[in-house]
Amino acid sequence: MITNDFETVIVETDLLILGGGMAACGAAYEASHWAKKHNKKVTVVDKAAMERSGAVAMGLSAINLYLGLKNGKNTVEDYINYVKNDLMGITRDDLVANIARHVDSSVHLFEKWGLPIWKDEEGNYINEGRWQIMIHGESYKNIVSEAAKNALKELGENGEYYERIFITEPIMDGDRCVGAAGFSVRENKFYIFKAQAVLDVMGGAVHIFRPRSVGEGLGRSWYPPFNSGASTYFTLKAGAEMTCQEVRFVPVRFKDSYGPVGAWFLLFKSKATNAKGEDYMETRKDELEKWAPYGTSQPTPANLRNYLMLQELEEGNGPIYMRTDEAIKQLMADIVDEKEAKRKMKELESEAWEDFLDMTVSQALNWAAHNISPEESPSEISACEPYFISSHSGASGAWISGPKDLSPSDEYHWGYDNMTTVKGLFAAGDASGASSHKFSSGSFTEGRIAAKAALAFIVDNESAVNIDEEKINELKERVLQPMAVFEEHKDYANDEDVNPNFIKPKIFMFRLQKIMDEYAGGASVGFKTSKALLEKGLEFLEFMKEDAEKLAASDLNELMRAWENVHRLWQAESHIRTMLFREETRWPGYYFRTDYPTMKEDWKAFANCKWNPETNEWEMIKRDIKELT
Amino acid sequence: MPSFVINEKCDGCKALDKTACQFICPNDLMVLDKEKNKAYNRAVDMCWECYSCVKICPTQAIEIRGYADFMPLGAVVQPLRSTDSIMWSVRFRNKKIKRFKFPIRTIPEGTAEPDAGMETGTDDLKSPLLRTEPESLGTDLYEK
Repeated sequence: MITNDFETVIVETDLLILGGGMAACGAAYEASHWAKKHNKKVTVVDKAAMERSGAVAMGLSAINLYLGLKNGKNTVEDYINYVKNDLMGITRDDLVANIARHVDSSVHLFEKWGLPIWKDEEGNYINEGRWQIMIHGESYKNIVSEAAKNALKELGENGEYYERIFITEPIMDGDRCVGAAGFSVRENKFYIFKAQAVLDVMGGAVHIFRPRSVGEGLGRSWYPPFNSGASTYFTLKAGAEMTCQEVRFVPVRFKDSYGPVGAWFLLFKSKATNAKGEDYMETRKDELEKWAPYGTSQPTPANLRNYLMLQELEEGNGPIYMRTDEAIKQLMADIVDEKEAKRKMKELESEAWEDFLDMTVSQALNWAAHNISPEESPSEISACEPYFISSHSGASGAWISGPKDLSPSDEYHWGYDNMTTVKGLFAAGDASGASSHKFSSGSFTEGRIAAKAALAFIVDNESAVNIDEEKINELKERVLQPMAVFEEHKDYANDEDVNPNFIKPKIFMFRLQKIMDEYAGGASVGFKTSKALLEKGLEFLEFMKEDAEKLAASDLNELMRAWENVHRLWQAESHIRTMLFREETRWPGYYFRTDYPTMKEDWKAFANCKWNPETNEWEMIKRDIKELT
Repeated sequence: MPSFVINEKCDGCKALDKTACQFICPNDLMVLDKEKNKAYNRAVDMCWECYSCVKICPTQAIEIRGYADFMPLGAVVQPLRSTDSIMWSVRFRNKKIKRFKFPIRTIPEGTAEPDAGMETGTDDLKSPLLRTEPESLGTDLYEK
């Protein structure tokens, strides 16, 4: 029995923080302070090592959310309006406002903790765009995680950090979430974490759709490949209501290596054009009116910018170029002094390369491999494959309670900030939905908000956590099942990967990606889908759910891959079901329903969903938009 | 082959309980071949080219060979990360070389103080004020 080979480790805590990225760091930071005052225990569980775990692992060249409230640069209302327009009207204003009113505090802390932020001569932050500030961010995550770890240390033995533990399942006691099960990816240990409250901050999801590069470049997704849908799976399996599961994000980035375009568009004021040099945002302006009022407001929503570009490609006007050469020429145009021109060019060159080296080194490598100097020649841009990332311009995640003082209705507020519809289960960062554009700083901030609220819940709802022996054994068997399947059948065939009795995680992932790409509007079909296609896709996912029981793992690493792909499968299913439910096209450029090609007023609403653990049935729920501004 | 290990330079981090690259890889790709005493990347097509292993390797034994399904051979981008800055060497396919140096932190590693000398304006768990606020905001908290 494989279960006998694994020690069962039971950890008891008060607040269990699942994840290690920016939101988890914010949560650990905030929780430590309040837990100390109330003598509570905080435990953080991370699948990687906090210094480089999560989406900020590589670093960042900008902080995309900073309001500058203390200098009166922007207001919270300004930010709500910006986010709402970018999401074509579908946003929880109360959640966006809650993050926006606190986020500057987080950024000021980052600076004190040693993050180098670009400043002008007067000592003010240098903006990239209205909401974005420039940083020397290679060590952004190292710095933030250091502060989070130092905060945990203030708790003494009441502050714990576990790394390289992969979380698979929520643990319920009646209607309350009381912990999580997982395993070490380094040694034969099965873990049960018992808690008074659980905060899900396990990131977004990548590799649900087939990537454009499928050789070595498979790993070069824009969002990291290690964000595999754990957040969504966890809240879904606990029976929590989810929102915006249809709102995927398709970023347009430098082609293939997916380097950032923000600095080029905003800081260097570059334009993107088709092969003929035409600025499609100008030549196709009329199209935007079809998507009014969002399409006719500034800035143009990200999905519509994508959409105009995709139309160019469909008409054969590619490649699409970022005109880096022209942008640099423009920036140099007024400089007559030769010495000054030389200095300026050096500065621009350094800024351009740092943008990639800080956050997508692969794009710098791509330029060098193609002998591209941005001041001399333009570079291709293209739409990536779809991702699930509610901290950026996607919105998929758990439906959570808003803050008492900002939420416009009881439908949006049920007691504790960021608590899901399941008692004791909280979500933040990519795990919470309908509060897009939080980015790194906002995710950290939302982690703080959720952690403080979770501690308030714990103090108010203290009760013994009951998980009986039988339940633990059942979970252990379930979590280790892929290893048991492999052990049982491995000697039947002479190929470790090809065996009629099981399926390996990697090929399972490829099947999922093929289904999603071809039926659910992936990159290869121009992001188009329809009822007939979605229903067909769902049918194929049913086979996958059955085959998931036959996932096989030969070692701990493969066991992690097996579970990652089960998580992806659930993210995929909720995505298809919600796209089916919303009978309109609202985010062309992200996906297009060919059978419902226009936006409809009666779908200015949230499309929510819920999986019922008792009946194994999905429920689709339409919820009203209640605005603050 | 995204990240790869140069045999001659890798000593398997013999003084440590696990190799530095194993410790840091966010996707758990780096492993130690105990027989050869060399680390290797076990699934190159799951590598994000995040350079975490390259930056942390104590013997500079790890480099990145760009994803060959879309990058021509011959370019090298290699960092040298010190306590407060990072130096990048970019070698183009045509042998042109560029070097860049950027700061990475403004205070010594390990010295980040959680409160950064700021007070928290409330003891109330139900107050919307977070740790170090309102001082860290520099203004009053927004209310409706």
